[in-house]
Amino acid sequence: MHQTANSDAGYAGGEADPHGHDSHGHDPHLAHHFETSQQQFAAGKLGMWLFLVTEVLFFGGLFVAYAVYRSNHPEVFVDAHKYLDKVLGGFNTIVLLLSSLTMAWGVRCAQLGQRRGLVWCLTLTLACASLFLGVKAVEYTHKWDLGLYWGQAFVPQAADMPHGDHEHGPWLWYLCLPAVLATAGYGLKAAVHQARGHTQAAAVAFCLTLTALAFFAGVGAGKAIPALTGQFLAVEQDTAAHAAAHRPLDLSSRPPAEQLVIRDPEAASGISLLAIFFSIYYLMTGVHVVHILAGMGVIAWLLGRAMRGEFSGQYFSPVDFTGLYWHLVDLIWIYLFPLLYLIH
Amino acid sequence: MTTTPHSHSPAADDRAAHSLAHVMPVPVLIGVFLALVLLTVVTVVATFFPTGSFEIWISLGIATVKASLVAVYFMHLRYDTPLNALIFVFGLIFVALFLGLTMMDTHQYQPDLMINQPNGVD
Repeated sequence: MHQTANSDAGYAGGEADPHGHDSHGHDPHLAHHFETSQQQFAAGKLGMWLFLVTEVLFFGGLFVAYAVYRSNHPEVFVDAHKYLDKVLGGFNTIVLLLSSLTMAWGVRCAQLGQRRGLVWCLTLTLACASLFLGVKAVEYTHKWDLGLYWGQAFVPQAADMPHGDHEHGPWLWYLCLPAVLATAGYGLKAAVHQARGHTQAAAVAFCLTLTALAFFAGVGAGKAIPALTGQFLAVEQDTAAHAAAHRPLDLSSRPPAEQLVIRDPEAASGISLLAIFFSIYYLMTGVHVVHILAGMGVIAWLLGRAMRGEFSGQYFSPVDFTGLYWHLVDLIWIYLFPLLYLIH
Repeated sequence: MTTTPHSHSPAADDRAAHSLAHVMPVPVLIGVFLALVLLTVVTVVATFFPTGSFEIWISLGIATVKASLVAVYFMHLRYDTPLNALIFVFGLIFVALFLGLTMMDTHQYQPDLMINQPNGVD
């Protein structure tokens, strides 16, 4: 098997080198119940596609819930779009597309046995995913500060609050905590491994530190982009529109006379309709985030194996199949983005 | 193993022939990515112009073009065995059935449900 010149035999306390099969004419990755590597790869890929179809059907149920609710209450969706920043959502879409590019490029590197290229591609994929989560954390916590929760917990804040004046709760700090711990933990791990001379393990920990740091870049982008678009699109998002976005009790599609005293039953039902929109929003994006987290776990595992030079043109199926999953998660976001953010 | 991959060998294409699957060229990967970014920008910018009730069909159409690009190139479906594409398309057909039948059902009964609620809303 292929072993690049600069890989370290000293990794993980001097494990036995598994790459000694070249002259035996036996591929260590070929399971005995398959005839050829080609057959094994095709069978694995078929299984992966079947799994992806179950994922499509699973998300399909959520899209059906969305479609039924939107077709019965279109006015709620027109209202709801004010709470979602489409420029920020578009930015996050591009971040996710970039992670798809690096993943597809990583598959190419794995096929060509380019160890360094694969490690870089996987690290960039993880960093993009982390950045996406950082932006999402800002989006979620901004809504929670405004009382825009899901279901029964939906208690929008009182009206007429100018932008920037609403309370900044501790939610963003809580969501940053895992990233803080990951940065500190992996940074420490990288330093310890480096000190002990385990350069490969140190490099993996360093890549994961970069991933954790990308979360804070996402938080920064999530804070900066709405502020910038507020400046450049001053006409579009001027006080009126922006204040409307921060006045959750205002259902602008209704005549002013009916606007909102909270005890008015119609207004109360308007609020509960919005609550259902946010339940759908949190469920769809939340399940998507869970898929991102699961994918990040698998890619981190691939990163360790890639660092040890385990993949080649004859054995790269873990990278390829993880890539398929990652692209599907991206594909679902490609539909979530216009359906949730781009409503008019 | 006869082909020992070596990072900087000029015979990259030669090795690609020995890989188990099609190797995607870098220009194609970057081209597809740029097309996806362009379509994302277009779909966001389009919402700044009033397009009326077509709006959802425009944005869903663009999303479908983007999804196809991802599936055909990033997911290698174009170079893959047709069976995998067939399985995927069957999955999408069943989602369409699920969606279509549910929408027919809700449009049939929702007006009655709305009228029977106090205050005319549910």
